[in-house]
Order: sequence, then structure tokens, then C-alpha cells
Amino acid sequence: MINKTIFERSAIGRLLLADKAGRYLIGVLLAAMILVPLCNLLMPAGSFFHIPTYVVVLLGKYLCYALLALALDLVWGYCGILSLGHGAFFALGGYAMGMHLMRQIGERGVYGNAELPDFMVFLNWTELPWYWYGFDSFFFAMFMVALVPAALAFVFGWLAFRSRVTGVYLSIITQAMTYALLLAFFRNDMGFGGNNGLTDFKDILGFSLQSDVTRCVLFALSALSVALAYILCRAIVSSKYGRVLVAIRDAESRTRFMGYRVEHFKLFVFVVSAMLAGIAGALYVPQVGIINPGEFGPINSIEIVIWVAIGGRGTLFGAVIGAVAVNYAKTYFTGAFPEVWLFMLGALFVISTLYLPKGIVGVVNQLRERRAERNATSTPEQGAQS
Amino acid sequence: MSAVVKSPGFHSAEMQSMLYLNGVTKSFDGFKAINNLSLDIYPGELRAIIGPNGAGKSTMMDIITGKTRPDSGEVRFRDSIDLTQYDEADIANLGIGRKFQKPTVIETLTVWENVELALAGTRSVLRALLHKLSSEQADKIDEVIKLVGLKAKTNDLAGSLSHGQKQWLEIGMLIVQGPELLLVDEPAAGMTDHETMETAALLKEINKDHTVVVVEHDMDFIKALDSKVTVLHEGGVLAEGRLEVVSANPRVIEVYLGR
Repeated sequence: MINKTIFERSAIGRLLLADKAGRYLIGVLLAAMILVPLCNLLMPAGSFFHIPTYVVVLLGKYLCYALLALALDLVWGYCGILSLGHGAFFALGGYAMGMHLMRQIGERGVYGNAELPDFMVFLNWTELPWYWYGFDSFFFAMFMVALVPAALAFVFGWLAFRSRVTGVYLSIITQAMTYALLLAFFRNDMGFGGNNGLTDFKDILGFSLQSDVTRCVLFALSALSVALAYILCRAIVSSKYGRVLVAIRDAESRTRFMGYRVEHFKLFVFVVSAMLAGIAGALYVPQVGIINPGEFGPINSIEIVIWVAIGGRGTLFGAVIGAVAVNYAKTYFTGAFPEVWLFMLGALFVISTLYLPKGIVGVVNQLRERRAERNATSTPEQGAQS
Repeated sequence: MSAVVKSPGFHSAEMQSMLYLNGVTKSFDGFKAINNLSLDIYPGELRAIIGPNGAGKSTMMDIITGKTRPDSGEVRFRDSIDLTQYDEADIANLGIGRKFQKPTVIETLTVWENVELALAGTRSVLRALLHKLSSEQADKIDEVIKLVGLKAKTNDLAGSLSHGQKQWLEIGMLIVQGPELLLVDEPAAGMTDHETMETAALLKEINKDHTVVVVEHDMDFIKALDSKVTVLHEGGVLAEGRLEVVSANPRVIEVYLGR
């Protein structure tokens, strides 16, 4: 049963060897990471192979959503934690990045104040609030991108899982969490720019955010992050820990009676997922150029669930496919028929729940199984005839 | 936390009882599900517990395994451990395994993976993430799968098993947990006659190195177990002894057997 050559490979090689779809996904991501910037930067504007900058940004945005969907699939698909508040972790990561970018503006703001961001000058604040300290440093900000969502997930998860809040009740309180943050971030005196949020970013690490090269680099980093996050998630779900997660999803009390501390297992995966969501948010903000409290909107978090459901829950690659496919459809339809998009999104969700419970990935698998069955039944018949 | 105790050792002279319940009472909204229940299970014993619906059998199991806390009374494991102080995961790690009435296996994992998860060992998150199976552990898993008669199904999804096979898988999962005491809730429910007899034989086999408490309705099954029987009624013990003696007791006939 155990193939020796498999063992001789590296840990990642071993993982991917058992995961054909994952190999394709990573291949596509790495190819896009190289080809998309090349086609944008090197091909002349009129060329068939030229990819315009707005498309690069759009694709980069889809990849951030794909990373976010991956994070949700890890907790929902494998551990049954239906979080309707993952948008909050995404937004917090985005705010941490946005705060760094705000500090990078320096005296180039409208008021030319080197010490304070424009919105603070506008509110007649005289000094920087303490929680903005340190965000001048890129590394500190990157640290916060993961730490802040992780800390919130840890505190929230510790309280919720310890009290054995599960199922729809957990979903409702995650939704309440993101809504509470929405309201908080709307307030001007929170010091995060109120309902305008953080915007007017100039550059990152000295590179202009408007330049094509920076945008291509951000795109490539997004593609790389999705690939790395995919491998991380695959490693987690393929380990014994991953099987405990599935056990918790399918029979929580059985798992408890086996002696596993269910709350610890849930907490770990919830925190990892929140960090991935935070990283997605941090990659998103420099590409779209703004972060505002709207990102905390309950609807945003519900949309993530729809991406994962449509792509195929509990498969990881399904989440990536779903996020890109639904967002591509959104871009197309909000351009072509803006008034019907929300109805379409609702219809998509209803249809996928009723008829495609395993999403796009499930349909593809079903078709392949059917073909395999047909092949299997046709071969012996041919054998009998000859 | 990881007080996983291996099964041998219960024949030592110093331990009086494996499980000891004294004056346990638990009420739900004024209804006394368990009423002054006392029970003493010796190390190495096989004990059958019977009783009509609502006699408190499941509540008793819940109290022993930490799912429910009693209002009053003593619940002791291996003489010294006060079980009311622990939760389900602690109690599982102390060495009490529980099989549910409804077979609960992880349907989306294979038979082998189910047994692997149950296999005794540390239960920490970090260990699970970095876990690598040793060949002894793999052998132990194979051995148990063989014991419960599922060798041919090793790589099948647990969800594809028949009802009886799921029950056996769950019993196998209990055994690899390495408990000293096994609580088995209605193992024969929904089984064919043939499966019922096989299950009784399996439990007798397991009893060779584990203390086993079985809750059951099926009289043929109890007869096949050939063990001491405790009859529960309205949350307390109505009678205790050999099946022949108990079934001759007029009170028992009145509340249970006569119906």
C-alpha cells in the first residue's frame, strides 16, 4: 500500500502527489504569476497578448477573494464552523495595511501635515492616537496584519467554543461580531477615518501604487499567497489534525468522548483561518486603493459563504474556483445588468444549495464518475462480444 | 490531561471497585431521572444493565462520562477518582470509553482512519498536526479492525457500512482508546439475530482484558452475555443478580419482564 518513491519525496511533494486538482491549481497560479505581469509590462498596448492594467488589478482582487474563500473553507468545509463574520478578519487585515499606507503618505496629504493623516487634521486632532504608533514600520504593520485578526479570532473563538456555541447560533454571533465592528469603524472618534475609511495612498516601500510595475508585483504576490496558503491548508487537512477536524464536523460529541479537546482543535483552525483572511485583506487594500467600514458589512461575509458553496465546500480548490467564478460573474453582470446582480447571486445560492450541494467541483466529479462507470460497463461487454 | 492508562492492572489487590456510584440523584425540571442510585462494578466484571424506557439508563451513562453532572451523590472511578470533577474529554483520557446507543462513527472517514483517531495517544493539537504513525500503531489498528471483523472493509468509508458493522467499528474504536472501563449502550439495537449473537461473543472477548458495562433491552442478548444483571427502574436499582434469579423476582416481572 505504501509506495516507497512517495516517501522519498519532500513533504510538499508528497502532499501534492496525492492531490491532482491541487497540482493543477498551483500550476495555474504560478503560470499566472509569471505570465500576467509579462503580458502587461512587455507586450505593446495594441498586441493581442497585452493585458491591460485594469485587468491585472481585477485579477489581483479575485485572488485576494480566493485567499479569503480558502480561509473560510478551512473552517467551514472541514470543521463545520459556518462563520458569517470572516469579512471582519479580512477588513482588519486590510485596515492594518491601510494604516501603514496612510503613514507612508507623510506630508503629501491635502493638509501637508507630516505627523497626522488628513482625516485627523480635519477632525482637529493634535496628536496621533497610541494605536497608530508603529505603523510607520512596514514589518510592524505586516505583523499586525496577521496578529490583529488572530487575536480577535482567539478571544472570540475561546469564548464561543468553550461555551459550546455551535451551528446556527455560532453563525449568528459571528454575524453580530462583524456588524458590531462595522458600526464601531463608522464612528469618526475611533480614529480609523470614519465612513470614508483610509484612502489616497501614495506608495508602498517607496514604490508608487499607481505604477504598472507595482501593480504587477502586487498581483504576483497575491497569486503566490494563494498558492502558499493552499499548500498550508492542504497540509493541515491532510494531517491527523485534519481528520480530527472532520470528526468534529461530523460527530462532535463522539470526538469529545474519544478524548479530544474539541474547543482547542476548533480554536486553532479558527485562528489560522482568521490570519489567512487578514493577509487577504492586506493584499487587497493596496490593489483597490481604499479600505472603509463597508468591508465589515454582514452581506460581504455572507457572499464569501456563497463563493465557497458554489465552488464546492470542503475541497479547498473549490473555494478558489468559486471565489474567482462568482466574482468574475459579478464584474460582468454589474457592468452589463447592474440591477439584476443581487437577484442572480441569490438565485445562484438557492440553485447551488438545492441542486448542486457539492458545488462546481461536485458536478465535475459526478460527471467524471459517470464517465468512468460508462467505461467500466462498456469494456466487459466488448470483451464478451469478441 | 493525558492520563491514558493501559488496561491491565485492575486485578491488583488494592482496587476495590472499577466504578462506584453511591446515592446519585439527578432531576430534570423536577423529574428525578436518577433517584438515589447505587452501583458497584468490580474490576474485570461484565455487567448487564436492563430496565424499561425512562429507567434512567442513558442519564446514568451521561453522569459517568461527564456529560451531565449529578445533583448529589458519589461517582468514583478506580476507588479514588471523583468523576464529577471532570468533563468528557478528561474522563475519556482517564480510561472510560463510551459507545452510544445510535452508532456514531465518522462517516466521511474510512474504517482505518476512524480507528486511527480513536487510538490511544496524546490528544493535543500540536501532536495531531505533526503526527506520524509508527508501525506498532499501524499494527495495533489492523489488529483491532480484524478483532471486530471489518478487515475486508478497512479502506471503505464508514458511512458505507451496514448498521451492525458500524456498531462493531465503534466498539473497535473504543478498544483502541485503551480504556479500563467500557460503557456500551444498546449494542444490539437494530441488529439481526445473527449479528446480535456475534456482538455478545465480541463483548465477552473484550471482557477478557476490560471491565465492561452493557445497557441492553434484548433478552436473548443478555442471556448470551451470561453475566450479572442489574435492573433499573425509575432511576434506582430494582434488583441485581444472575438473570435467572432476577427474572424470577416478582417486582421485576411486574415492571419490566411481564409486559
